[in-house]
Parts: sequence; structure tokens; C-alpha cells
Amino acid sequence: MTARLNQMLYVLVAVLVALLFTSLVLVLAGASPVAAYWYILKGSLGSWTKITDVMVAWVPLLLATAGLLVTFAAGLWNIGIEGQIVLGGIFTTWVLRLLQDSTMTPALIIILAIAAGAIGGALWSALAGLLKVYGGVNEIFGGLGLDFVAVALTLWLIFGPWKRPGIGSMSGTEPFPEKLWLPTLGHTRLSLWALLIGLVSAAVVYFLLSGTYFGLKLKAVGKNPRAAHLLGIPTTRYMMSAFLLSGLFAGLAGAVQVTAVYHRLIPAISSGYGWLGLMVSMLINFQPLWAAPVTFFFALLNIGSIQLPIMLKLDSSLSGVLQGALVLSFLLVGGARQRHLARRQVEEASHE
Amino acid sequence: MDIELRHIHKYFGPVHANDDISLTIPSGTIFGLLGENGAGKSTLMKILSGYYHPDAGEILIDGKPVELQFPADAIRHGIGMLHQDPLDFPPLRVLDDFMVGYPKGLTLPRTEARQALRTISEQFGFTLDPDAYVGSLTVGERQQLEIARLLWLGAQVLIFDEPTTGISAQQKENLFAALHRLAKEGKTVIFVTHKLEEVNQLCDRVAVLRAGKLVGEMGPPYDLDGLVRMMFGKVVTKGERMVTPLGKTVLQIKNLALEDARLRIEGVDLEVHEGEVIGLAGMEGSGQRHLLRACAGLERPVEGKIWLDGHDMTGKGYHDFLRRGVAYVPAARLEEALVPTLTLLEHFILAGEQRGLVIDRQAALEHTRERIETFNIRGLPHSTVESLSGGNQQRALLALLRPGLRLILMEHPTRGLDLESAIWVWHNLKRRCREERTAIFFMSSDLEEILHYSDRILVFFSGQVSDPIPATETNIEELGQLIGGRGFEPIAEVQP
Repeated sequence: MTARLNQMLYVLVAVLVALLFTSLVLVLAGASPVAAYWYILKGSLGSWTKITDVMVAWVPLLLATAGLLVTFAAGLWNIGIEGQIVLGGIFTTWVLRLLQDSTMTPALIIILAIAAGAIGGALWSALAGLLKVYGGVNEIFGGLGLDFVAVALTLWLIFGPWKRPGIGSMSGTEPFPEKLWLPTLGHTRLSLWALLIGLVSAAVVYFLLSGTYFGLKLKAVGKNPRAAHLLGIPTTRYMMSAFLLSGLFAGLAGAVQVTAVYHRLIPAISSGYGWLGLMVSMLINFQPLWAAPVTFFFALLNIGSIQLPIMLKLDSSLSGVLQGALVLSFLLVGGARQRHLARRQVEEASHE
Repeated sequence: MDIELRHIHKYFGPVHANDDISLTIPSGTIFGLLGENGAGKSTLMKILSGYYHPDAGEILIDGKPVELQFPADAIRHGIGMLHQDPLDFPPLRVLDDFMVGYPKGLTLPRTEARQALRTISEQFGFTLDPDAYVGSLTVGERQQLEIARLLWLGAQVLIFDEPTTGISAQQKENLFAALHRLAKEGKTVIFVTHKLEEVNQLCDRVAVLRAGKLVGEMGPPYDLDGLVRMMFGKVVTKGERMVTPLGKTVLQIKNLALEDARLRIEGVDLEVHEGEVIGLAGMEGSGQRHLLRACAGLERPVEGKIWLDGHDMTGKGYHDFLRRGVAYVPAARLEEALVPTLTLLEHFILAGEQRGLVIDRQAALEHTRERIETFNIRGLPHSTVESLSGGNQQRALLALLRPGLRLILMEHPTRGLDLESAIWVWHNLKRRCREERTAIFFMSSDLEEILHYSDRILVFFSGQVSDPIPATETNIEELGQLIGGRGFEPIAEVQP
């Protein structure tokens, strides 16, 4: 059997396992799996508007995943990604609030605000990086802690200094004037500028990791920091760079959420795209080439499942079940395949 | 309890770690197991204690064959082992560690255990505080805890794997007293070591392993020269030595002191010249690696100075040494020197000069092909390094070293290599000495390698370092005895 065929079979088996599991959940919930899948498809690809909706969800997920691929390349688990998205949103909101009454052209204000978002994400990520590199705090713990701090910070801002005139509410800060929104395509919610930011970021990460010295050195640091050190690579500097870059893309995700989608800061500004990005990264086995298509598919599941409560009286979290099942079954089937290969190697070796 | 091992075989991949070993160990004795690093001593003992499963052969206890799948099986049969690196739980308290392996019941028998620990401690003169943390104990006390624990679990056979490494002289005395006591009580004590003195002092009988095979047994009084011959094999003719004329000083070390938790190395003075090869001999863990790493800035000396070509490098980091033309080649190729999952091509890109930001794949590919050809590496540019054989990994490592280096520091240049690869590696290294005036500083546990390729030799014994010995003025026997610590001080003093 050729390697390519083997690979396709692996993908097929993993997808089937995930579908079977999700179908089982649906049957237990008393719904028809076929109908559910049909409504998901119709709800996401059924019309031009729906496709643009999918793209609106696709952009932040793609940005988060692109950022995570950089840290994963360096062997780091950037669990702080959620907080970095949030800080991107906060910095963007901050700059917009500062400049909204100025005489600057709206386009310049938006550009500055998005840049501020990127910086905010990068700084929050650098914090996790500093804790890891100089404080010996595992980046998973540091990142998780910073995620909670970021959410608390948002809530404080929304109910404190940045509260709506009168009383603060969970619906977020006062929306910005329409001139400070990223322009959208016709009557849809999709901003082509946001889409451009997402696609360019994914392309940059792909190029960075596959074609540059920086990317290769980052991989060396991730796979074997001791050997990388002996090869003359300044490992801590590269780890910090990975954190900064990852945070930058996460910050952009937050900036896009504020300028193109919500037009204000809301408590759930990150919408869990950071966690979803982690799942996608694992699913694609950290291969940048697959980031765009798979994040699109996940965005499709998210948007499509909005139909489920209306049509089938099912909760829309079914998309989460399917996404989780996909990741788990890919890991499971992949693990089984690895073990099988390893055993075959041992057998071959002992026959020699 | 009498132990009998019959025709034990154990393979690790292509390595035949235990090759048809048959041994009988009677109860009530202290039985020594002697051999150099990698002779197969630990493997054999791990088989006896259920840690490894033999590929062939059987184990008999009091004449009955037993099947030991896990260490728990072994301890049920009364066999316990103290591993070279203590396998205990530093974050636990002594009493908790003591009870960890207790097989019965749901609740912990605290009172009973405390009592047992006290009784055993009194019996053997141990000084264990049940409420102290294991991590706060000395290595010697941790051994006492392991002994007490195994005795409480009913061990009749106790295996000690190199127990005197890293303990003080006083602790060693206490340990030996405990071992004598155990033997007197009818327990079987197996003592794994590479130190001749300890065999002489302690053991009722000794078996010698070399390269996975049992080469002989001996009882007291011991013929120490005979034991050395058994350990290191026959002395083979050295063949033609290559002599390189020496140049000016590359590396200068003055009064260097290095330290880790177990070892202190003091007062090392040395000058290494252009084109010179210096070999570091000694049992693993005697301090050679510390000195090598310190000369590359990978370890910070606690005292003393290091100069490279006249520049004071004391306290500088590895990357500063690298810029001055020093390269370090570790023995653990896949763990420390190469990056698994990356290809040969990617390694050559990483090790080469960086031009711009974007990698010129075509140029890199040509360079890689040329290196693969020149260094005779059996692999393709797109082969991942872990798919290469050990010999080819070592060739790749040498190929990665840029030309014109001032000093190459190597751990075990030919470990795990077949003869052909080993000869090739040294051919390449010697060429660098001759043509590029590179100095080489290497450690090895292969005495023949050290004698044959070094200009001068330093012998290490438990952190003590001999003066440099010219390779032409010594031989394998003398080195073997020095390494075993026999008459270490006098011989070291005789040498200029």
C-alpha cells in the first residue's frame, strides 16, 4: 500500500469514527442524524449570505490557528491564546475610544486601532513567555491564568471605566459610530478587509514556517532545544519571538472582532475561537497548509448548527460535539496507526 | 535464597546486551559483578529484578524456575534492587516513601510501618527521620531508606547497582557494614561495581562481564591484574600512531574547579595545543564530562580560568565559545546533537551560514549533496536524522562541523559505531588536526581508542584528575588500574 493511499484511508476512517459517534449522540437525543447534517449544510452553504456568515467566523478562527501554529512549531502550548484575543479586542477598543472624536480620517483610526490590537495580543503573550522563559512557569499554567485575568479585565472595563452612559451591561460598551466600522460587503456582515487580514496572516505563517531560516530554527528549538543550543541558536530569544508572533495574530483576531463584527467590546469578545484554534491545530497535526481549509470547515459547522434549535429543537452546541469528536477520532486513529507501525518495525527488526 | 541464571540473552535493537550469561549466586554471600560501562551488568540485574524481561534464558530461585514479569513479581519472590539513580520519591516524606510499595490493604499501616522502620534502622544503624522529606536526604540516606523498604517487603536478595557512586567515605563505611550484616543474616547481596578496590574489600566472590558476556569468576584472594585483564580484554597492538607536530596553545585552563551535587573536581591545569588530541579516560561519571562541558561554556566553573587563543573565556556562554571556533559534539546524538524529525538538508541549513531571511533550497540541496558525498553518509538530503544508523548520524555530525575550527570537544566519538565507521571518524578528526590545526579534546570509555588516538591522556577517578600522561608512556593495564582507582594518587604523582 502506498503512503498516500494509507494517509487517505487514515483520514477517511477518522472522519467516519467521528460521524458515527456524533450520529449516536443524535440518535440518543431523539433526532435524525441525516436531517441534522442536512440542516448544518443548508444553514452554512445554503445561500450567499450564509456563506459570508461562515467567512465572518472563519477569519478570527484562522487568525488564532495561524498564531498557534507558530508557538506549536516552537514546541510551546500557547493556552493563553484566548486572553491574547481578548487583549487585542481591549487595545483596539481603547484606541478607537481615544481617537473617535479626533479629526483624523476614519481609515487611519481603524488602521491604528487594529495595529494596537495586534500589539495588545503580542504583549499579553509576551507576559506568558516571560513567565515561562525567566520565571520557570509552564506556559500552559501561565497562559491559563492570564486567560482568566483577561476576562476579568474585560468585565471590569465594561462595567467600570468604559460602561455605557447610565448603566453598564453584559451587552458591552457603547457601539462605535458607523464610520469606524470596517466596511462590509453589500448587505452581508463580511468585511473583505478582515478576510484579507486572515488570509494574509495564514499565508505569512505558512511561508515563515516552511521557507525561512526563522521558521526552521523555531522548529529546531521546538523539537530539541538542547541540540538547537549546540547548533548556535539562541533558544530563549526564539521562544520569546514565537510568543510575540502568536500573540500578534491572536490580537489581530480580537481587533477584527471589534472593528468588523461587534463594533464594541463585549464580554465574550474571543467567542472561544482560541480554544477552537487549539483543536484545529491538533486536528491538522500542526501542518500550516491545512489551517485554512480545516478552519473553514469548523466555521461552517459553527454557523450551520445555528439552524438546529429552530429546525430540530436541538442545542447548537452539537457543532462542538462534532468538532470534538473529529479531533479525538483523528488523534485516536492516528495513535492506533502509530502503534501498528511501531509494532511492525519491531517485528521486522527481530526477523533480521 | 540461591539464585541461578541460565543462558540469559537480552537484545536492545542490534545490541546484544546480555549474551548467554549463566551464573549461580549462593545465599549468605556478597557476590560482586564487575565490568566496565556498557558491559551488561545493570541489564542483567534489571532482568533479575523483573525490570526487564529476558529474550531467552531462565531464572531459578532455590532451584525452581520463576517468571518475573514486573519488579513487583521479583519482590514477591524476595528479590529487590537498589538502582544506580535512586528510584524513590523526593517530594514524599520518608515514611510515605517507605510504605509506597506495600502490597496489601486499602488503608496505610502507618503505625506498623513507623515501628518497622525504627526496628530496621536500629538493627543496621541507619539514621532515618520518618517525617523528613526524601528529597532532603543525602544519597547515602536514600540508599538506607531503599534497603529498609526492601527488607520490610521481605527481600531476601538485595541487588546494589554501583551504590558507592556519590556517597561520602563515612557513608560508604556504613553501607559496607550493612552489607556484611545482611550477608551474615543469610541474605544474598549482589554488588555491581567497576571499582576493583571495592571488590577486594567486600566481595566473597566476583563475576566479570565484558561486552555482554560472562568472561570469568574469581574468589579471594583476588589477582587484581587478572581482573583488569578480564574487564578490558586482551591488549591488542596499537598499530601505527599518527603523530602531529604541535602548534601554539589553543586552550589554557588554570586551577579549574567544577562541581555538581555528587562530585567536585579541583585544580585542573592544562594547555592544549594546535593539532593536539587529548583523551579523557575514566569511568562514566568521574568528572570527564564536566571538564569537557566547561571547556565549551556549557557549564560554569566555580573557580579557575579558561583562555581560548589568549582570550579570557571564563564564565562566558557556549555561543561565545562557538564564535571563537569551539564545537561540542555530545554522545547522545539524537537527544542532544541532532533534531529528530528534521532532515539532513534542514540540519545543513541550520549549521551553515545564514544568508538573508529566506532559505535558498536549491543552494542548500547542492551543499547537502556535496557533504553527504564527501562524508560518505548513507542517507538522502530528505532523510530524517532519526532514520539514519548511528554511524551515519555520527558522520553527519562531523559533516555539520564547519571547517577551520580551533577546538573540537567530543563525548565518546565512536560509541555504538562499527569498526569501519569508528576508523572513518578518527581518520576525519585526525585530518582536521593535521590540515586545519584543530585541537581535539575527547572522552571515551574505550581505552584502546584513547591510547591509540591521543597525544596525552588525563585519567579521572571520582573527580580526581591525573596530570597529563603522554600516550606513548603508558599502556592499557596501567590506565585500567588508574581508572579503577588503584594506587591513583601515587601513579598520578609519578607522571610529570
